[in-house]
Amino acid sequence: MLEARNLTKWYGKGEGRFQALDDVTMQVRRGESIAIVGKSGSGKSTLMHLLALLDEPDGGSVLVEGNEASGLHAKAVNELRNRRFGFVFQQFFLTASTSVLDNVTLPLKIAGVPARERRVRGLAALKKFGLEDKAKNRASDLSGGQKQRVVLTRALVGEPDVIFADEPTGNLDSATGRVVEEELFELNRARGITLVIVTHDEDLAARCDRQIQVRDGRIVDSSEVAA
Amino acid sequence: MKTTDLVRTAFANTFRSKLRTTLTVLALFIGAFTLTITTALGAGVSDYVTKQVASLGANDVFLISRASTTTATDSGPQKYDPATSSPGTGTSNPLTGSAGALTDADITTLHNIQGLRDVAPISTVAIDWIEQAGGGKYQFTIAPTSSIAQSDLAAGSQLDSSSSDFQVVLPEDYVEPLGLGNTADAVGATATLGFTDVAGGTHTVTATVVGVSNTSLLNAGAGANSALVDAVAEQQKAGSAAPNRYQVAVAHFPTDASADDIAQLKNDIAAAGMSAQTIEDQLGTVQTIITGITGVLNAFAIIALLAAAFGIVNTLLMSVQERTREIGLMKAMGMGSGRIFALFSLEAIVIGFLGSALGIVVAIAVGLPLNEALASGPLSGLSGLDLLLFQPSGLIGVIALIVVIAFLAGTLPARRAARKNPIDALRYE
Ligand SMILES: Nc1ncnc2c1ncn2[C@@H]1O[C@H](COP(=O)(O)OP(=O)(O)OP(=O)(O)O)[C@@H](O)[C@H]1O
Ligand SMILES: [Mg+2]
Repeated sequence: MLEARNLTKWYGKGEGRFQALDDVTMQVRRGESIAIVGKSGSGKSTLMHLLALLDEPDGGSVLVEGNEASGLHAKAVNELRNRRFGFVFQQFFLTASTSVLDNVTLPLKIAGVPARERRVRGLAALKKFGLEDKAKNRASDLSGGQKQRVVLTRALVGEPDVIFADEPTGNLDSATGRVVEEELFELNRARGITLVIVTHDEDLAARCDRQIQVRDGRIVDSSEVAA
Repeated sequence: MKTTDLVRTAFANTFRSKLRTTLTVLALFIGAFTLTITTALGAGVSDYVTKQVASLGANDVFLISRASTTTATDSGPQKYDPATSSPGTGTSNPLTGSAGALTDADITTLHNIQGLRDVAPISTVAIDWIEQAGGGKYQFTIAPTSSIAQSDLAAGSQLDSSSSDFQVVLPEDYVEPLGLGNTADAVGATATLGFTDVAGGTHTVTATVVGVSNTSLLNAGAGANSALVDAVAEQQKAGSAAPNRYQVAVAHFPTDASADDIAQLKNDIAAAGMSAQTIEDQLGTVQTIITGITGVLNAFAIIALLAAAFGIVNTLLMSVQERTREIGLMKAMGMGSGRIFALFSLEAIVIGFLGSALGIVVAIAVGLPLNEALASGPLSGLSGLDLLLFQPSGLIGVIALIVVIAFLAGTLPARRAARKNPIDALRYE
């Protein structure tokens, strides 16, 4: 459903120019779970951002269901990200001073869902992660593990087709990390949501259908893991 | 994002950093307060003047006087001609100008101008005192144009110019000293007027009080009808053969005359060496002064608002900076640049609205009691004057102006926010 063709990405200008991605070609198939692994600074996040249409490549193209993303209107791209993509970033990006529920329902608000429906859907999603009693709390009052679950809830609430997760367990202790990991794969199994996970965690990577190894902006190994 | 949500979010965001918002709102508040008070002041005064003009009921009247004297400073004394020469009015100073008086010949000239009717010279009569049976004598002045204008009446009726009875309209503050009880009782009473003729002889005349007028800016003195004025003027001349002199003449123009017609008539009159002014022209001076004063005050208010506008820019720029990640997140989640721009513009508008609404509320809360205090205190001599008149249109205008200023101030930060690239924003530490 997503395809990257000969992607290159440069950062900076002139002497300090740095090539973060060099001729990367890969595919994401519907319903699979895919891990992007590699050393820090190898270009994993950059690749994920390009796949998620958050950034534009300097060369090559990203195709969404066979259509070139660069040919889409900004509005269509926004809609695509809003309706079909869910994001878990390397940091939580919760708005500290507003309630957990408001944080979770932000994608729905952007989509223009009426307030009442937002509330119902937000509470239902929180309930799945056992957070419904925290709905009214300020987002800053939660523990790290709870925050990560709130972030996951936010990624899910719009019922996306793909979840992009950048180090979803990076900030968590191993036990909480395990819980979040379980939840992600449960979604993948039960609802067929495609997972694109950037991670350092070898255990997590090993649980994915496929691993893509990135080194210095190039894909060096693409292994199929027998499920 | 739906527009209702956008507005709600903008409101909520405004209150997220309360102290900062409060300070910015305060700056706007000062401007809004000043602007509200000054516009109310302008409205109050011009409303009062307009009401006074309307109450004079002389919208179709020219007051005609001699244009500046024919005595040019460089040509020495001019030859006297009883038919055309007009005497100077004594000392000429910046206040009175050096206008001369009108002669009977001038009146004839006016009669012959097309479009003027009921040309009548106004005789100035000097009354020495007024007395009501048994009471003391009080100084008394008759306003020269009172016979053609309407008074702002507290009781009774207007002067009847066609009546041959002698009628006066008393200023309200004469009622008590003359022992006439209250204003209603005074109507119908008779009073005696005393005056001196040119030869030094004293005369009295008895007149009926037909009305009592409110003290006001424009009604200086009492009113007397033409019958009374003419009779007094005749007796004051004491049979002398001196040619008649009039300070002013009145002439009516058609009530449906357009501004052009009036200008044309004025030109005709000017060509005859006289100058004509409508009542509005005369009051225009008062209004021009008031407009000037309120204009200066408004300018101060606008300066305060400009300073406040920079406050808004600053507040919102800080807010955009602080919320870089939030903006990045919203963009990543598919919020368009236009909506981000709208969100921050709305926050500016909310701040503007709060500041202006607060300024207006406080201005009214302070202004109304102040009005009462002034009306019963220092300004009690001008009945019917509300110094501060808060008109809905003025208040809406103040809000609209400030909201527009706030919006303009908000566009710079809002553009910044809208241009943020989601990735850069999310990488921002
Ligand atoms: N805005 C930028 N300007 C300049 N260089 C950048 C920028 N963003 C990323 N880079 C560089 O591009 C390279 C790849 O960055 P990227 O964030 O994709 O790495 P990563 O593989 O996700 O690393 P990590 O595992 O530490 O998150 C890094 O060397 C980084 O320094
Ligand atoms: Mg990264």
